[in-house]
Amino acid sequence: MNIHEYQAKQILARFGVPVPRGESASNPYEVYDIAARLGGKVAVKAQIHAGGRGKGGGIKLAASPEEAEEIARAMIGMTLVTRQTGSAGRVVRRVLVEEALPIKKEFYLGILVDRASRRPVIVASPAGGMDIEQVAAETPGLIFREFVDPRVGLQPYARKKLAFHLGLAGSLLSETTRILGALYRVFEENDASLVEINPLLLTESGALCALDAKIVLDDNALYRHRELQALRDFEEEEPLEIQASRLGVNYIRLDGNIGCMVNGAGLAMATMDIIKIAGGNPANFLDIGGGASSDQIRNAFRLLLSDANVKTVLINIFGGIVRCDLVAQGVVEAMREVEAAIPVVVRLEGTNVEEGRRMLLDSGFAFTVADGMKDAAEKVVALAG
Amino acid sequence: MTILLDENTRLAVQGITGREGSFHARQCLEYGTKVVAGITPGKGGTKFDGIPVFNTVEEAVAAEGVTATLIFVPAAYGADAILEAAAAAVPLIICITEGIPTLDMTRAMALITESGSRLIGPNCPGVISPGKCKAGIMPGGIFREGHVGVVSRSGTLTYEAVNELSLRGIGQSTCIGIGGDPVIGTRFVDALELFEGDPDTHAVVLVGEIGGTDEEEAARYIREKMTKPVVGFIAGRTAPPGRRMGHAGAIVSGGKGTAAEKMEMLEQSGVRVVSSPTDIGAAMAQLLNAS
Repeated sequence: MNIHEYQAKQILARFGVPVPRGESASNPYEVYDIAARLGGKVAVKAQIHAGGRGKGGGIKLAASPEEAEEIARAMIGMTLVTRQTGSAGRVVRRVLVEEALPIKKEFYLGILVDRASRRPVIVASPAGGMDIEQVAAETPGLIFREFVDPRVGLQPYARKKLAFHLGLAGSLLSETTRILGALYRVFEENDASLVEINPLLLTESGALCALDAKIVLDDNALYRHRELQALRDFEEEEPLEIQASRLGVNYIRLDGNIGCMVNGAGLAMATMDIIKIAGGNPANFLDIGGGASSDQIRNAFRLLLSDANVKTVLINIFGGIVRCDLVAQGVVEAMREVEAAIPVVVRLEGTNVEEGRRMLLDSGFAFTVADGMKDAAEKVVALAG
Repeated sequence: MTILLDENTRLAVQGITGREGSFHARQCLEYGTKVVAGITPGKGGTKFDGIPVFNTVEEAVAAEGVTATLIFVPAAYGADAILEAAAAAVPLIICITEGIPTLDMTRAMALITESGSRLIGPNCPGVISPGKCKAGIMPGGIFREGHVGVVSRSGTLTYEAVNELSLRGIGQSTCIGIGGDPVIGTRFVDALELFEGDPDTHAVVLVGEIGGTDEEEAARYIREKMTKPVVGFIAGRTAPPGRRMGHAGAIVSGGKGTAAEKMEMLEQSGVRVVSSPTDIGAAMAQLLNAS
């Protein structure tokens, strides 16, 4: 789960990581008040779940509360397009107003799970404030990594090593190691999959401060963090994807016109691929899971049809544990309920396949029954036109 | 010979009295697997379809000589169930459970790598040595005994691949679903090593997907060590970056872990890479005829 910058900074502050003084607001008058309290010189930052805000016009500096209010008036409600939002962009509903700090130097700190070593890894770089992937590609010598044994956590020696790599020795050594320790606790105690500070700022007065922050939480661990569940922002999510998560199915909306309903994530991806190879464009990724009931299939199918872009549907089920007759029953019921005149290509394989196919053909709806994945993809692409 | 499982495997099922556990324990029994014990804390001393149920894995191992365990417990207890099995020195631990928190798995893996146990999964369909033993949730009917090893990160896509093989009369030695999570116990390289060392496996099918670098590691191993022919498929060529495609591990992030990258590396390592799972059977038939 993604959370906003202002929420991430509240968590960081709670664990003792210094962040700029600031508050979030959804109204320009509030922004004026906050800016006035902070002394007038502030940064106004659009709160959306996507990076690249600076270049897209989502981060602006104001010299006075009046200017801050004016910036906020333009920013709140605007559709912000960045390299991470896609062309549709995101509507800005909230801004973070923070004191503007004089920058002396910028650093990068990140913690994530390294899949290769199967351990958390701290990534640190003295080249902060830039796209870290670009730094890694162009100047790999400026990226330092410390792998952590999760049973003992980030030990003091490892924190010191990182601090020296960053050139934060001398009077800043103890503050740097303290921040690294706090950051690891943020990662561990919130079950994060990513904690990132970019940049960590060294101010003219010699203080360290997290100027920007990003935290991604592990969805699988949210059950044990009630307080973090409340940070979910439904406005940032695709409505159909919210519905899908309630139904317990995996759905991701894409921009094509061929709706796909598949059991299993791998097969769902392969189905999208084969549609593309056949010259079509998938409207979605939809994995109904391994043990889907006919009810769940009915709901998932209705969900898929509520996307107005969908012109045809491909159902690809390899029924091992899911019985094909139950799939057929769910699909037929959904077709009856929505009274859809949409052409549907069905490919069924596995347990009770004959019964499932017969139910589809006897239903009175114009199902096209396909023989194998390739055939199904070609048929559905032809129907999509 | 097969790898991991054979007719002598003595399987325990952790969570045997739950909905999933009971259904699949019966399916495994029906396939001919020697399911010798069930574990459900608090139900020790009872029976499940004639199978003795124990409170702990340790008791099950002592009483029934368990050699492998299949885990169906809820995600919140998944890592604990894995560690319990490892503490009881069960050589093979197969975890079907989906949704285990990643940090739980990093801690569990740190202990597993120091134990003598091998972990398959989590979030996987399990392992099957056709005709001998099934320890997983795959539909037994589509598999045939034979000499092709199959290793895959996905469930139903494995069935698709196996079906393509079986329809052409190409049987399988062992099929391993390694799982779709970012942190898993057995990775492609580990499975390939086992297949390379198994005289009854003549060729291998590798089914990968976007995310991570396990396929790249596999490509390196194949290039440097593998003597047996490999057919490969990678799912997710059309997946948008930054989105998790169902599996927690299937995500293209920071331009890394793309299908194109993986396909290219496998191809350069001599793998016969196919663009559709429906071509796996034909490609394997060709490779086997040529060798």
